[in-house]
Amino acid sequence: MIPSIPQSRFLTTAYAAYIVVFFVFLALPLLVVAGFAFNDSQFPSLPWEGFTWNWFFGDERPMIGVFHERSILRAIGTSILVAVLVSALAVAVGLSNAFLFNRYKFRGQGILYVLMLLPLVIPGIVLGISILVFSSRVANGLWDGYRIDIEALRPGLLLVILGQFSFITTIATLVIGARLQKFDRTLEEAALNLGAGRLVAIRTITLPYLAPAMVGAFVVSFLMSFENFNTTLMLVGSDAPLTIAMFDRLKEGSTPLLNAVSLLLMLGSSCLALIMIFFQKK
Amino acid sequence: MRTEAKVGLGLLLTPLLLWLSLLIFIPHVDMFIVSLQERIGVGKYQTSLANYLTFFQEPLYLWTFLRTAVMSILATLMTLLIAFPVSYYIAKMVKGRLQSALFLMCLVPFWVSELVRTFGWMILLRETGIFSNLLQFVGLADGPVEMLYNDGAIMLGLVYTSMLFMVVPLVTTLESLPDEVIEAGYDLGGSGLSVLREIIIPHAMPGIVSGCIVVFMLSLGNYLTPTMLGGKESLWFTELIYSQFIVRFNWELGSAFGFMLLILSSAIVWGMLKLTGQSLEKTMG
Repeated sequence: MIPSIPQSRFLTTAYAAYIVVFFVFLALPLLVVAGFAFNDSQFPSLPWEGFTWNWFFGDERPMIGVFHERSILRAIGTSILVAVLVSALAVAVGLSNAFLFNRYKFRGQGILYVLMLLPLVIPGIVLGISILVFSSRVANGLWDGYRIDIEALRPGLLLVILGQFSFITTIATLVIGARLQKFDRTLEEAALNLGAGRLVAIRTITLPYLAPAMVGAFVVSFLMSFENFNTTLMLVGSDAPLTIAMFDRLKEGSTPLLNAVSLLLMLGSSCLALIMIFFQKK
Repeated sequence: MRTEAKVGLGLLLTPLLLWLSLLIFIPHVDMFIVSLQERIGVGKYQTSLANYLTFFQEPLYLWTFLRTAVMSILATLMTLLIAFPVSYYIAKMVKGRLQSALFLMCLVPFWVSELVRTFGWMILLRETGIFSNLLQFVGLADGPVEMLYNDGAIMLGLVYTSMLFMVVPLVTTLESLPDEVIEAGYDLGGSGLSVLREIIIPHAMPGIVSGCIVVFMLSLGNYLTPTMLGGKESLWFTELIYSQFIVRFNWELGSAFGFMLLILSSAIVWGMLKLTGQSLEKTMG
């Protein structure tokens, strides 16, 4: 079916109705989560007890709002720290990989490209446990052999960062690589003809061209890191990022506090999405 | 090759090789080695297949493994069936601003974490939840209805949570199919169904394959959705891995489980690529 070919009225209406139902299905859970953030009750469920801002700003028990709940604020801080480091690393390595696969021809390149894609088809939980097993064995080996105790190799933030980096880098490479592929190399040659050195040409011509893709890769990496659950779950130590902290609370039973955090997350990621769209347009 | 180029190649290769060897290759080999160790005393191990034997001999483990595989495949098929008409609508039925708006609306729910989405379904489905109250209000149910904590809820959660990864590749491939080709199909006497079967689906194949691979991977490796939406009886294989590692501290058996999950996912991804004649570079890259 296509608009330029006439179809029965019934079919087109049914099709449009299906699309509407689909979008209701998509929006429903999010709307419900957002709505109950304002419920004046201990539970995020019916009956509706009236409107309140307390789950955001409340400062006494039993309604302590997000902005007064230390553990949640700390978890948000941890998540942001991890996400920034992971994205910075992933964009840097992704940029290097994009140049490698675009500018050089060498033996084994095809195989290396497939290997580079593999982290996308390894389940996150398996990535997590393999890194956990390996780093623990290294740490144990160092302790048994040399009596050196490296705390960083035990479950904790460093391992979380490495675990997330291990698959987010693939995505950063693909995003930056796609744009580098479209780059007109004669522009760089023109710069070389005009007397620029190789690095100067890349810095003044190629990198500015890649900037939107790098911002895009950074934002996507940031969100993937912030939202990551499976890999993080296996590698987390004592200071938990937000998703893990929320998961622990949700298991114990939920208060609308979690709805309030979720609503803030939705607003935060929408802002990031807008920033990205803005940069992509330029 | 000139020396300058060689130095450049070396510099660019280093981070890639460090990443792939230290974070992907060696850890997986190491996990495999650990999975082959059998504990025979305090701090004493010997190499054997004991952990894999345990896996195949304990009905609960094998049953959970197969259940997880079958339900992931089902979830993938359901996602494809639901997403295909939507993607086609976005790619071909609407144009311009409406098209970008609809596409963006598909993306929005996935900017927030899976935890939030799952939480939303819990609020909707549970005994005191929205649907239960709605049914009572309309008069279809006499008392509270519990819709959470069963396999249906898991399926719903999996389909919802992986929808984006099906819609995006489908829209991208369907958009690259020129309208004229579809029109030509009709002009040559094709019916809606034959045009779909002979023109649209073959063209969309790369998108279908890459969407299915990603959705399958995400379902198989999911921990959050089965844990939160599933009941006591609905175990997921990742929950077994988690409990061996974190609760029981039996890393040898846990590694064997991890390896089985890896083999299963690789086999199905490989099979899907072979069956449709696609390659990983084409579908993922």
